[in-house]
Amino acid sequence: MRDNGLVSIYRDDGIVLRSHKLGEADRIVTLLARKTGRVRAVAKGVRRTKSRFGARLEPFTHVDLLLYTGRSLDVITQAETIRPYGEPLAGDYPRYTTGTAMLETAERLTPVEKEPSLRQFLLLVGGLRALGEAEHDPRLVLDAYLLRSLAVAGYAPALEECAVCGTRADESTMLRAFGIAAGGLTCQACRMPGAATPAPATIALMTALLRGDWRYADASERRHQIECSGLTAAYLQWHLEHSIRSLRHVEHA
Amino acid sequence: MYEGIVQDLIEELGQLPGVGPKGAQRIAFHLLAADPADVKRLAAVLQEVTEKVKFCRTCGNVAEADECRICADARRDPSVICVVEEPKDVAAVEKIREYRGRYHVLGGAISPIDGIGPDELRIRELMARLADGTVTELILATDPNLEGEATATYLARLVKPLGIRVTRPASGLPVGGELEYADEVTLGRAFEGRRQLDV
Repeated sequence: MRDNGLVSIYRDDGIVLRSHKLGEADRIVTLLARKTGRVRAVAKGVRRTKSRFGARLEPFTHVDLLLYTGRSLDVITQAETIRPYGEPLAGDYPRYTTGTAMLETAERLTPVEKEPSLRQFLLLVGGLRALGEAEHDPRLVLDAYLLRSLAVAGYAPALEECAVCGTRADESTMLRAFGIAAGGLTCQACRMPGAATPAPATIALMTALLRGDWRYADASERRHQIECSGLTAAYLQWHLEHSIRSLRHVEHA
Repeated sequence: MYEGIVQDLIEELGQLPGVGPKGAQRIAFHLLAADPADVKRLAAVLQEVTEKVKFCRTCGNVAEADECRICADARRDPSVICVVEEPKDVAAVEKIREYRGRYHVLGGAISPIDGIGPDELRIRELMARLADGTVTELILATDPNLEGEATATYLARLVKPLGIRVTRPASGLPVGGELEYADEVTLGRAFEGRRQLDV
């Protein structure tokens, strides 16, 4: 950060998470920045056709920014595109809805403004890159992102030991019940009322997505992918204590 | 803090978009100092707007009757529908004075992060208008931003089985602008849609 005595100017790069209209032609842009964390900043005149920002501050764009610290909101003075992740998504509706769920989750998992969240930032960049490259089913990319971002935030589901008593799964102890509130799989003794009993292959898929084992995930059966998505969405929203509105609109190809 | 009715006026004006507490106070005192006849005319127009203006039952544009003047105009081409996000976009397209078709106002764009999906827009009404086979071209003039593009993609996919020609206004460099200030996405689209100069 450079201090010129009157205003402090800083440079950072980040992903545009969302934007709100402000006044006649401005927008408040919410970004997840590499060094600064989640920032809300004003982009003046961005809605005008001849704005120098153009499409650079559209959601999903990875952008290099120069900002100055304002009284309540920072102000964006310059923006250069690093990679427009939104470009391939706008023409592919299922991937667009999947991507918005990722952006909303990133915003929710960084509740404090200007608190650096480098791992969340890197995870989001990786997730958007994977979504744009279209090598994997968007449903799998979303679930991998959600599970890993939860893990980074400290909410990783217990998949190899009982979430309550810590007993490790082995031949004698079968962990079959998945308790959303318990924090993952539980043994029979710790099973909570209303716990789900997912297929073992669904749990294996969740583990593969958390570890990045794409060979296993890509080969998984559709019914296990659907079950995994349901559990992941419920687990995410329980632990965030907030619903992710975009998840309701995610359309699967 | 002012007393009674003056404070009420300031608070009501402060509810308007883009008007903060200071602005509301300035407008209130301007109205108090203005010619009472002017203020009464403003009040009468506000009253009339709330009583008379509604949304067109066909296209969703603002109207003073059940149908807006464009839908009621028999000279407008019923085979072309231009889909826009808001009524103010109808006014923007009308300014070019070249479009002779009709409109359909969606009432926004698909934005899952704001909880707006296809069911929250007037898409069902649009599909009902397309069902009778009168329409041969659908112009998707939603905003050229990510939400607008995604809405256009969604509608194009929905309309495709009907065999209607679906078009989207070109995007690229603004007239009167400078090339060096164009961002990569806009410039890329401008190059994609370049046209031959016949001189």
